[in-house]
Amino acid sequence: MITLEKIQSLLPFANAVENKGDIFTTAIPADNFLEAATILKDGGFDYLRDIVGIDNGESLGVVLSISSTEHPEAIVMLKTLTVDRENPRLASVKDLWLSAALYEREVHDFFGIRFEGNPDMRRLFLRQDWKGFPLRKDYDDNLEINPIPTENEDLDALENLPEIDVNSEKSFEKQHSIFEKEEYVVNFGPQHPATHGVLHLRVSLEGEVIKKIDPNFGYIHRGIEKISEVYTYPQILHLTDRLDYLSGTINRHAVCLAVERGLELEVPERAHYIRTIIDELTRIASHLLGWGCMCMDMGAITAFVYGMRDREKIMDIFEETCGGRLMANYSTIGGVMMDLHPNFQRKVREFIPYMRKMLKEHHLLFTGNPIARGRMNGVGKLSREDAVSLGATGPVGRASGWSNDTRKKEPYAVYAKADFSEILREGGMTFDRYIIRLDEIEESLKIVEQLIDNIPEGSYSAKTKAIIKLPEGEYFQRVENARGEFCVFIDSRGDKYPYRIHFRSPSMTLVNVLKHITPGTKIADLIMLGGSLDYVIPCIDR
Amino acid sequence: MEVKDIRIPNMKTEDFKDNEYLEQYFAELRAGGVNIAIAKLDDIINWGRSNSVWPLTFGTSCCAIEFMALGAARYDFARFGWEVTRNSPRQADVIFICGTIVHKMAPVLKRLYDQMAEPKYVMALGGCTISGGPFRKSYHTVLGVDKIIPVDVYVPGCPPRPDAMIYGMMQLARKIKMQDFLKLPKQPDLSGKLSGVNEEKGGVQ
Repeated sequence: MITLEKIQSLLPFANAVENKGDIFTTAIPADNFLEAATILKDGGFDYLRDIVGIDNGESLGVVLSISSTEHPEAIVMLKTLTVDRENPRLASVKDLWLSAALYEREVHDFFGIRFEGNPDMRRLFLRQDWKGFPLRKDYDDNLEINPIPTENEDLDALENLPEIDVNSEKSFEKQHSIFEKEEYVVNFGPQHPATHGVLHLRVSLEGEVIKKIDPNFGYIHRGIEKISEVYTYPQILHLTDRLDYLSGTINRHAVCLAVERGLELEVPERAHYIRTIIDELTRIASHLLGWGCMCMDMGAITAFVYGMRDREKIMDIFEETCGGRLMANYSTIGGVMMDLHPNFQRKVREFIPYMRKMLKEHHLLFTGNPIARGRMNGVGKLSREDAVSLGATGPVGRASGWSNDTRKKEPYAVYAKADFSEILREGGMTFDRYIIRLDEIEESLKIVEQLIDNIPEGSYSAKTKAIIKLPEGEYFQRVENARGEFCVFIDSRGDKYPYRIHFRSPSMTLVNVLKHITPGTKIADLIMLGGSLDYVIPCIDR
Repeated sequence: MEVKDIRIPNMKTEDFKDNEYLEQYFAELRAGGVNIAIAKLDDIINWGRSNSVWPLTFGTSCCAIEFMALGAARYDFARFGWEVTRNSPRQADVIFICGTIVHKMAPVLKRLYDQMAEPKYVMALGGCTISGGPFRKSYHTVLGVDKIIPVDVYVPGCPPRPDAMIYGMMQLARKIKMQDFLKLPKQPDLSGKLSGVNEEKGGVQ
């Protein structure tokens, strides 16, 4: 159990530690920031969830969200800020957590904060020649400053990393590049059918063995976090469906829960049941598509057709109740949009035995295939330590033995009432990541089976005010989507728009995992490894 | 209207909505006039072309999932001879733009379009490709792909249902059947600038 006293004793120089539920928030002076992070890391806080950048007007700051794998219910929010807007500098924590380097690049891209000690301070999403930092409050989004480019991005611009030396008295910048001159680099994407979206990977090869991978994001960066700052909360809900479109309803659920917590709104029990069932159906649909695509990446096109066929059954159920197939647009603040369709329960009850039968068939078709087993076994090992340090939540982390299911660790909606088990595997190989999705479908079916007959009668939505104003404060909500831990961070200043909203994308860390597990494997396995991680690029790019 | 004479298998002509753009297209063809032998040859070629359109797989976001559903068992666009999805633009006839196009992607899309062989067609699927959709206020979104490349068919929706995509495909088949194939340009026009290309070429809705 992590208590307020424990945090205070760990961080003597923290100004004050606030405690709200299981979330401990503390502000640290920039000089002590790295020291505080190191103390927390050594004190068992081994999972860095996210780094959120914030523009406070006169100062720029970051918030680190850190948890411990032993006590996952507690979250420490470590804040620091710098008043220098011209040349903001903060200490880098990239040596403490493997995931930090990528998060820091994101903050640098959006706010222009340089992290001293992180050599890779290229832009993450925007082109290297982009002018300005878009998430700053004084950003000018005039098209004349940043017109639609006519030429592809210069790959040389991606090569050079300005490095800052913190040890010397007067910090200076020197250049070094990602790949050596004599390395053989192959471009993979952005327009490639097997990258699962528009991801650009630069792969350095030695023969057919991969030496190094450099991912390049941003080909579907729509600036959702910035647009959200001028949209009201009910409007923002529609953008969340389009982040990770395969688990759209789950993402939406997170924002609804965060806003409801802020408003202290009592949500009817019926709405909780409906949301949980819809979430689990979404998870099944997503895993089916993930399974089909992974098999297709390995050459089994039949599996893809079978997966899509079963997925259509769920799409039918969604269409009747929600009105949309892929984008259900179903949850709202206070409940759900409309009541269940009269056929809903009957169709779901019919679907459960059908899906169980089909799961057996899927195992027969592909899992037992010796060629498939031969390709998947022993490839792409991800150890538990690396999974935690990289922040690889969801099925990928659980396949490496890291118990991280938010539905179990911090139950929301009615997950506490359902009897299901968290699937854990020890191997961390591609095969474990493959089989864990099929096993999770089985668990999701169990949850749906228990809830579908017990949906309480009553109202499906609480009444809310026409204009929703969130009281001043910071709100945080995490849910388990099909790819891992999806988090929403809202900084409200008492307005009907959020001052800053940030979404933690579970897929971003998965691409980081790809970067870590591919060196040493064959180029032909790159596609399969990508399929086994099952990332969704629009969720990364936001 | 004479446009309705264009026969598309699998769909009755009266089921198509009236389309001023195609009617104007037809009137222009009529006014031009052509030799009967050439016209018959054209008909045969266009019959073949309209029933074996090869799309380029180009999906950036959500609409691509519905495009995958279109290719899978339930909707199965193989029925119409469109199933040969190509991964190289050099072998493709039509590009389905599935998903938002952003600033960083714009030159990539333009290059893919330039690499396709003539005659080539563009289908814009979903609100984002038509106007920017829900991301219109963003600093990084292209407000409609017709700012970059000319579009033949717009299919609205967020994302459009696979049925809507099939309707869009049928509309494109009608357009292909009406074209004077032997007079179409055989060399790609690479002089097109990034903006304003849509002015002379209209679109079917």
